[in-house]
Parts: sequence; C-alpha cells; structure tokens
Amino acid sequence: MSDVTAIAQREAGFGAAGLTGGAPADYVSLLKPRVMSLVILTALAGLVAAPTHVHPVIGFAALLAISVGAGASGALNMWYDRDIDAVMSRTRARAIPSGRIAPREALAFGLTLSAFAVFTLGVVTNWLAAGLLAFTIFFYAVVYTMWLKRWTPQNIVIGGAAGAFPPMIGWAAATGSVGLESVALFSIIFFWTPPHFWALALFKSGDYGRAGVPMMPNVKGARRTRLEIFLYSLLLVPVCVSPWAIGFEGRVYGALALVSGLVMLWFAFAVWRDADGRDNDKAAKQLFAYSILHLFLLFGFIVIEHAVLQPLGVAS
Amino acid sequence: MNAVEHRPSNENGVVLTPAQAKARRQRNIAIGLAVALLCALFYAVTIAKLGSAVLKGGG
Repeated sequence: MSDVTAIAQREAGFGAAGLTGGAPADYVSLLKPRVMSLVILTALAGLVAAPTHVHPVIGFAALLAISVGAGASGALNMWYDRDIDAVMSRTRARAIPSGRIAPREALAFGLTLSAFAVFTLGVVTNWLAAGLLAFTIFFYAVVYTMWLKRWTPQNIVIGGAAGAFPPMIGWAAATGSVGLESVALFSIIFFWTPPHFWALALFKSGDYGRAGVPMMPNVKGARRTRLEIFLYSLLLVPVCVSPWAIGFEGRVYGALALVSGLVMLWFAFAVWRDADGRDNDKAAKQLFAYSILHLFLLFGFIVIEHAVLQPLGVAS
Repeated sequence: MNAVEHRPSNENGVVLTPAQAKARRQRNIAIGLAVALLCALFYAVTIAKLGSAVLKGGG
C-alpha cells in the first residue's frame, strides 16, 4: 500500500467520528518550534534595534503574537503538504502523516491561531505590523506552500521572503513604520535562505525527488546548485555587513558580520569545489550547520548589543 | 486506522479509547491554560498601555 493511499484511508477514518488522539505536544509540533526559535530571535532583533522604546510587556506580547503567527503558518504548511511529508524521510514522522492529528484539525488550528496572532499584534502595537504579519502568513502558506514549492526550483528564493519578514515586523511593531534598517535585516535572511536550503537539498535530494518537489538539485543538477550556493554566499557577505555600512550597527557588528560571512563563504566554496559530494555530501552538511550558526550569531549580537550593551552605556 | 469505536445506535454516542480520552483531557487542560494566559496577557497589556494616565484620571 502506498503512502498516499495510506493517508487517504486514514483521512477517511478521521471522517467517521472526527476524533484523533493528538496530545498538546502534537499541536505544538505543528508550529515548527525550531523555526519559531529563529523567528523569535530575528523579530526580537527588529524590536530592540528600533529607535523607539517599547514597554517590556508590549514587547513580549508583540513577540508572542509574531511567533504564534509564524507557527500558525507552519501548521497551514503541514496541512497542505501532508501528502509529500508522508513520502519524505525527514518529515514522515510529523503529526499529520503519522496520523496523530487529522488534517482538518491542523487547518482549523492554523487558521484560528493566525487570526488570533494578527488581531493581537494589531491591538497591542499597530496595524502596519499586524498587516505585515498577515501578509507573511499568506505569503508562506499560499504563495510559497501552495504555489511556488511544487512549481519552480526558485521556490525557496522567492519563498524565503516569508522567513525574512519577522525582523521587519518587529521593527514596525516598535516604530509604526518600515525603515531602511529593517530592510537591511530583511535582506540578510532573504539572501541567507537559498544557500541554507540548497545545502539541505543537496544531501536530501532523494527525498525531494520522491516527493516531486522541484528543488534546485533535482531540476538543474547538483553542479549548478553548488555554483549558485557559492554565488549567493558571496552576495551574502556585503549584505550581512550592510547594517554597519548604513550606520545602523557599530564596528564590532561589522567585524563579526565580515568574519562570519567569510567563514560561511569558505564552507560554500568547499561545497562548490566538491563536485562529487564526497563523504555523503559532508561539505554541504557543514555549510548547512554553519549557516544556522551564522544567522544566530548576527541576530544574537544585535539583540545583545541593543538590549544589554547600549543600556549599560557600552559602545560597540 | 480508525481507533474510534463508532456506535450510531448507542445512546452514549462515540466511545473514546483510553488513549483518546487521556489526549482529550490533556488538550482541555492546555486550552484552559492558554485562555488563562491570554487573559493575563491582555490585562497586563491594558495596564501597560494605559499606564499612569488611569491613576491621574486622564485618557
């Protein structure tokens, strides 16, 4: 029995009584907690880096709303992608394909949380921030998940915008506007996304191929993917340094962004030169791991600088 | 996989398995906690937004 047939039979079973045995932890898993941690950090960076002081309670509520909104879009993504999640080794244990949560429960959960998150952010901060959050959820769930992901190998290039919005939303929540600084933070995540996900796609290309998802390695080949990873990583270096260049961040940030960006570029260079994917694509795995550290380093530093060092009068 | 015992003629309606009953109880507790936390959050936000203006009688 194929995975797709198994899912269809399982969904028919859900329909009989409409009940599943999903525990709270299964619903939390629909929110993609690991992705949420990145959203929390980047949104917090936008929030604390903004020139407007935000009351801690308002800031916490805004951060919670942004995180829940991002999580809700993850639930909608899992609802729509349940068929391909069932055939990929990385995702087949998720709550829907494994039968712990019925698809319509995930859909209702995602829609409800989306509405709550957008409304809460609007009431607590302002409606520009709420509008950006609503657009982000729409962009991830509809534009990326339903349209781009199964249509073009540029899916994560364009779809990466959804993951790049949180610092801009945080900034908008604090200031009520979208400044050049928040665009710089947006750009860092936007240009970071392709090398990060294509590195993953290189060593998971079999998974994506089975699911029929046109990731770059499956469509254009590994060689072209390795080249594009290197080119995007090259472009990422000046983009990461740009907050210092426009005078928004200090020299310490500039130095950190340059050094860490060059380290990531080195890993990307290794991926490009490793045309055969030796040692089970060890180079791609190293780049994938370092790319996560790179983003956490930059946004973690921005948070520490603006939330801790500057209030203490420590210049950087 | 249909673990739910469905008895249309049973006056008790749908009978849950022990695992489903446990999961439902856990979900109810989680929803209750979430609603309570949401109430506390909105209360705190209201106080933070109004601030000292309320005590001074201002808007």
